[in-house]
Amino acid sequence: MSATVSVDHLLTTRSLTKNFRGFTAVRSVDLDIRRGGIHALVGPNGAGKTTLFNLLTGFLKPTSGSITFDGRDITGLQPEDIVHIGIARSFQITSLFDNMTALEHLQLALSSPTGVSLRFWRSERRLDRFRARSLELLDQVGMADLANREVGHYAYGQKRAVELALAVALDPKLLLLDEPTAGMSLEDVDRTIELVLRIATGRTVVFVDHNMRVVGELADRVTVLQQGEILVEGTYDEVRQDEKVITAYLGQAHA
Amino acid sequence: MTNPTLPTAVPSDLSLDPVAARGRLVRRLVLLGIGVLAALVLPLVIYPPVASDILAWALFALSVDLLLGFTGLLSFGHAAFWGGSAYVTGIIAIRLGVPFPVAILGGMIFAMAIAVPIGYLSVRRSGIYFAMVTLAFAQMIYFVANQWLDVTGGENGLQGVPVSFFGISAVETDSFTFYYAALVLIVIGMVAGWRIVHSPFGRVLTAIRDNSARARALGYDVERYKLIAFVLSAGLAGLAGGVFTISHGFVSLQEVDWPTSGKVVLMTVIGGIGTLWGGAIGAAVIVLLEDQLSSSGFEGTGIITGAIFIIVVLLFRRGIWGTAQNGFDRIRRALAVRAQRKRNGDSAVATRIDDGS
Repeated sequence: MSATVSVDHLLTTRSLTKNFRGFTAVRSVDLDIRRGGIHALVGPNGAGKTTLFNLLTGFLKPTSGSITFDGRDITGLQPEDIVHIGIARSFQITSLFDNMTALEHLQLALSSPTGVSLRFWRSERRLDRFRARSLELLDQVGMADLANREVGHYAYGQKRAVELALAVALDPKLLLLDEPTAGMSLEDVDRTIELVLRIATGRTVVFVDHNMRVVGELADRVTVLQQGEILVEGTYDEVRQDEKVITAYLGQAHA
Repeated sequence: MTNPTLPTAVPSDLSLDPVAARGRLVRRLVLLGIGVLAALVLPLVIYPPVASDILAWALFALSVDLLLGFTGLLSFGHAAFWGGSAYVTGIIAIRLGVPFPVAILGGMIFAMAIAVPIGYLSVRRSGIYFAMVTLAFAQMIYFVANQWLDVTGGENGLQGVPVSFFGISAVETDSFTFYYAALVLIVIGMVAGWRIVHSPFGRVLTAIRDNSARARALGYDVERYKLIAFVLSAGLAGLAGGVFTISHGFVSLQEVDWPTSGKVVLMTVIGGIGTLWGGAIGAAVIVLLEDQLSSSGFEGTGIITGAIFIIVVLLFRRGIWGTAQNGFDRIRRALAVRAQRKRNGDSAVATRIDDGS
């Protein structure tokens, strides 16, 4: 690697590796995420995509290698610290608080950097000052009408929309979306593509998805992972026509 | 409610309905009234020292529920804070002769102080491991109390704890009047517990309870919040233990022993986990039951309380309070649905006919 870190890379990993008891889930990955772009990570199941996400967000500690974000070494930081530095994520499996309303979710996200949440002697009405912004964010994902309903009652697509709003509420520089369209109906997929494009303005997005239409419509860069290693990186069209990718996905016989 | 012809849409939208909100407020005020009344007449109905016991255990159970019901942590070592405070309160009262609320404050501060290292080391664990670590620390406190004879009296306990209260002899000598002085302290503790649960901090606690990875991904330092909750809970347990000591006039070694930790969890579960007030019901049930059984000379109290515990866990998972709450909600919904049907009866029929054509 050259000594000068290119400024238009928001996130860089070098030789990033994660071993689980002898099994290498992520092997020596050098990833460069351009600032302002939408970057897709694709690859068959077990390629290490979610592990990579967990490494980038601090939920897993790398075995070796480094992660640099916005010129700062963030290797080994705790998830809650990484959020405040500017990386937010959504989860592959919808991960919400079923007994809370959507509004309460957004208030929780918006109050996170303010420190108001440590005030155990204050009324929860203190959170009302995040109400307007919460509703604005929910409106952005089309969920303002259901703001006062507990998310346990929501349909799947609605929960995914709240996930997106939550990630945006943290106002991250880098947004990591783990399979934002997994398990969705066709129309929900279209709506989500539109949503991601809308919330991507002014941010950098990295997402994982198995739906190649989603990848084609959203991503300006695509990285293909296989067995924990980077196989190919390029634009969607480059990657799609790459011999190695075709082999990896379809097997030797079709190549 | 965009479609008034759908009565099934009523129950889940009740939270948005201003009429229902007013109904809930009324219900809360009625319950509060009943609670206050019950607390005020309690020493008229039962032997006042037993009534004071119920107060102390009620706050102790609330402190456990703050962790178990609202943070998702089962502490099996809360006797350390209740009993630790009991000893310190007793020692301060004996040696300094200060008014008892001051002695109790000292006990409370001690409980919170020991909760910092204990909590720091145990909140890193969860589930059964958390319970075991807290139990281990509580047993260390027990060991110290048992061995340090000069200070704690060992197995003889700490005898002759005076009730000093600004020279007001009614409180100092009459257990009936003392009850009301104790009630003030316990109510302060309960209001504090309620405030914590309904604060921005309490919101984060429930988030951590329901999904701690998600809470971290929203930028919350989960261990820090758990630790603060642990220390606050220990403070309330300490307040309760201090009141208990002054009420009894002595401290016995069993206050720091593990069955005490078990008993308070039992009360919390019987009353209803995550209900905050349920613990008071559980405390009343257990304290009264133990009092009745022991005065009748029955030896196997544990068999009876154990049986109640099993019944509650198997049949009423939400405890006495939670089950009553469920019942209320069901009746309220049924009434709301019926009222809605009556109101929209004609239009609903009309719609059905339209659909049929």
